Amino acid sequence: MTVETLGLTAERCVELLDAREVSCRELVEAYLDRIGAHDGDFNAFVRTRRDLALAEADAFDRDGRSGLQGVPIALKDILCTRGEETTAGSRILAGHKPMYDAGAVTRVKNAGMIPLGKTNMDEFAMGSSTEHSAYGVTHNPWDPTRVPGGSSGGSAAAVAAGFAPLALGTDTGGSIRQPAALCGVVGLKPTYGAVSRHGLIAFGSSLDQVGPFALTVRDAALAFATIAGRDHCDSTSVELSEPVRIPDREDLAGVRIGVPTKLLDQGVEPGVRASFDASLEVAEGLGASVSEVELPHAHHGLPAYYLIAPAEASANLARFDGVRYGLRLEEPGDTVVDMYGRTRSSGFGAEVKRRIMLGTYVLSAGYYDAYYGTALKVRTLIRQDFDRAFGDVDVIAMPASPTVAFTIGERVDDPWAMYACDVLTVPLNLAGLPGISIPCGLSEELPVGLQLAGPPFSENRLLDAAHAMERALQFDPVPPRLGQGVA
Amino acid sequence: MSDWEPVIGLEIHVQLNTETKMFCCCENRYGADPNTLTCPLCLGHPGVLPLINQAAVDRAIKIGLALNSQVAESCRFHRKNYFYPDSPKAYQISQYDEPICSGGHLEVDGTSIGITRAHLEEDAAKLVHAGGEAGRIAGAEHSLVDFNRCGTPLVEIVTEPDIRSPEQATRFLSLLKNTLQTIGVSDCDMEKGSLRCDANVSVRPAGATEFGTKTELKNMNSFKFLAEGMAAEIERQIGVLESGGTVEQETLHYDPRTGALRSLRSKEEAHDYRYFPEPDLVPLAPSAELIERLRGELPELPAGRIARFERDYSLPEQYAVDLNADAGVADYFEQVAELAGDPKAAADWVINQPTAVAAVPASGLAGIVKLVNGGTITATIAKQVYGLLEETPDADPVVLVEEQGLASIGGDDELMGMVDEVIEANPALVEQFRGGKDGVVNALVGQVMKKTQGRADARKVQDLFRSRL
Repeated sequence: MTVETLGLTAERCVELLDAREVSCRELVEAYLDRIGAHDGDFNAFVRTRRDLALAEADAFDRDGRSGLQGVPIALKDILCTRGEETTAGSRILAGHKPMYDAGAVTRVKNAGMIPLGKTNMDEFAMGSSTEHSAYGVTHNPWDPTRVPGGSSGGSAAAVAAGFAPLALGTDTGGSIRQPAALCGVVGLKPTYGAVSRHGLIAFGSSLDQVGPFALTVRDAALAFATIAGRDHCDSTSVELSEPVRIPDREDLAGVRIGVPTKLLDQGVEPGVRASFDASLEVAEGLGASVSEVELPHAHHGLPAYYLIAPAEASANLARFDGVRYGLRLEEPGDTVVDMYGRTRSSGFGAEVKRRIMLGTYVLSAGYYDAYYGTALKVRTLIRQDFDRAFGDVDVIAMPASPTVAFTIGERVDDPWAMYACDVLTVPLNLAGLPGISIPCGLSEELPVGLQLAGPPFSENRLLDAAHAMERALQFDPVPPRLGQGVA
Repeated sequence: MSDWEPVIGLEIHVQLNTETKMFCCCENRYGADPNTLTCPLCLGHPGVLPLINQAAVDRAIKIGLALNSQVAESCRFHRKNYFYPDSPKAYQISQYDEPICSGGHLEVDGTSIGITRAHLEEDAAKLVHAGGEAGRIAGAEHSLVDFNRCGTPLVEIVTEPDIRSPEQATRFLSLLKNTLQTIGVSDCDMEKGSLRCDANVSVRPAGATEFGTKTELKNMNSFKFLAEGMAAEIERQIGVLESGGTVEQETLHYDPRTGALRSLRSKEEAHDYRYFPEPDLVPLAPSAELIERLRGELPELPAGRIARFERDYSLPEQYAVDLNADAGVADYFEQVAELAGDPKAAADWVINQPTAVAAVPASGLAGIVKLVNGGTITATIAKQVYGLLEETPDADPVVLVEEQGLASIGGDDELMGMVDEVIEANPALVEQFRGGKDGVVNALVGQVMKKTQGRADARKVQDLFRSRL
């Protein structure tokens, strides 16, 4: 049978496969065909792996399957895939084929899920619009003149456009939650340490975390359960104290929701605010109590983040020197330093260079204490703010993004406006906390994301609450123009 | 020189002899074919994360314990950023303000040399410069990188500026090296680069309390060159100061072939390493149980052994120090002393015959000592027996002496006969002796020694001459 992949959940894929209503090949082919037919409009993928994916599907059809085996997934191109090109959205890694699979990729493969390809992203995950990619801009499936958010814009767009039921992204300052919000899908940023960073090409090592995109909270839980847990290749990863539960709760009785009202007064646009407020009323209707919480230092999160993340990036990206892999540019007579300069000048995009310079500057002798040192102190204060707040509430609710999807080109030349996209997401990264974004309504006919945050390793609590909200909100994640066959 | 006091502090890099590298599972071995002991991790590929080698941590703690340092309850790693082809990540994972070991001291010549710190880090790759003179970078056509060494566990030991002469620096290093070898953390082979030393050198007027401006001498790969380089730099600084100049802070290279000091970089060119905490590693917190277990594994340390040699064997301090320049030599000495029952004679032999430890079994050397002490052979013949033993190490000295007929000529009658023969044959010398030239007796004794091929006791022969004449 022909499979309609638009709006098709991973759970439904499993049902179809279990009931043998479709074969793995038919399912995988349906997604690949849709990508082939429509990704020209969106540029969600930088590469697909049709032949490999179909061969893996055929093996399951031949040998039998169970569980998540045969379910397709898209991978952000920052996750290393053994023998398959991985570029992190950068020209400097063009042609780079890693010698190993990332930890999260290994778990996805071990579960039998079938990677369809690698998704587009802001170069080295630096950006909030997927415009800073050496492989072109990604377009929002809800409105192709708009950005999908970033940096995991390709993964968010792929799920929204019916190119994959699940996708993996990474979130350093909001790079899963913000594009999920802008594309009307579910995005989970796990607790720092819950998912291996092994094979995630590092941007801000103390902030980076791998997480899933999905059409439903239950699907997100399935994917998270697959990738979570201690990986001996990442000494900052830990084993979860309780297994991931696939949520089925439909009420919020007894759940205390806190809202950092003062933080929201900064730059959240009215349409987003209205949609967010309406979703709080829905929560109360489900039995939750909603109150204000104080996060006195959270508004310093953005500047602290834009000191710490570039500082770490300046070291992480120093290895791209043209010596061992990726791009190498040199002219006759070049010294090794000339070659470094030529390769890096040409290989990195403007935003990456900006952050390398920022990070180098803030770590320099004489500036360290004023910038990086101060940012670390702010980070500690923000962590303490959350600790205190979670003494009074179970979950903190905020919009994931202060705006809906903006127009392509609108902010790309204005770094400060671009950085401001992260104001509501970076505090969780600084504190290492889990956060989930689910679509909660529309503003200007574009999705608005509701972000729920919890204490470290409270993913089950967040998934439960998000699932109850999702059921009550009844948001249709299929972009209307795609549902009408416009794309 | 007497108006100026040199002030020296050392920075010593020690490669640890672990099975695997500091942060990956590659084999840690010297001498393999270039770039055969590598993986994505030590090559700095995208996405890799470091993993701490506990065996290296254990060795670093042992070093701290052996140097009387405080082992940190919690410490962490930092990134030290610099671009150079020997550093594939463009940063070295090192320790900065929270080293694993702080403080400590080693006693040298009765002086306590303070240890500032000892910290863990990873070694860089090795650069091989091709086409230039003697493998140096100047004039090289191209440079090759061997990543086998990259990621080798290192401990950097920093001393306080407590050393006052190049000779004292050498003695300190010798004791440190022996200490590290004794606790089994490194082979300390300077030629292979598993022990490397930089020196911070300054001079000040004798009696001053302020330090002068220091310069840093980089990576000298033998104790001899180290002492030479420091002496040359001290002389240079004194020359500068005495001619009214000022010493500039800079990093210098000493060329042992020419004796020249060359500036590598000035203070203005010093690197800004932009240290910051390594986010890929969690803090290192060695438990008290671990530290106590490692303390229990430490053997007797050279400093304690020197004191024991002085006390238990009644050896002069310099003997005890010299015997402990090397753990193997000290072990050998103890065996010989035990078997021979004469520590002083054993020490004389072991110190004066540096080849003995490798060439002659302890039982053989002890056998010689016993033959001398028992009067069977003379000291002169003992050296001859030693030479024979070097050629046939498994031989029994008693049998050798018998076979070669080397036993002393003990009978007074036989010796007196020879004395009379010599008196008869040398009337001129006899005349001189009788005329009051006492020293002439040695010439007469020498003739008897010649006749006996050394098998006579020279003192006894002299006595016989004196009684006859």
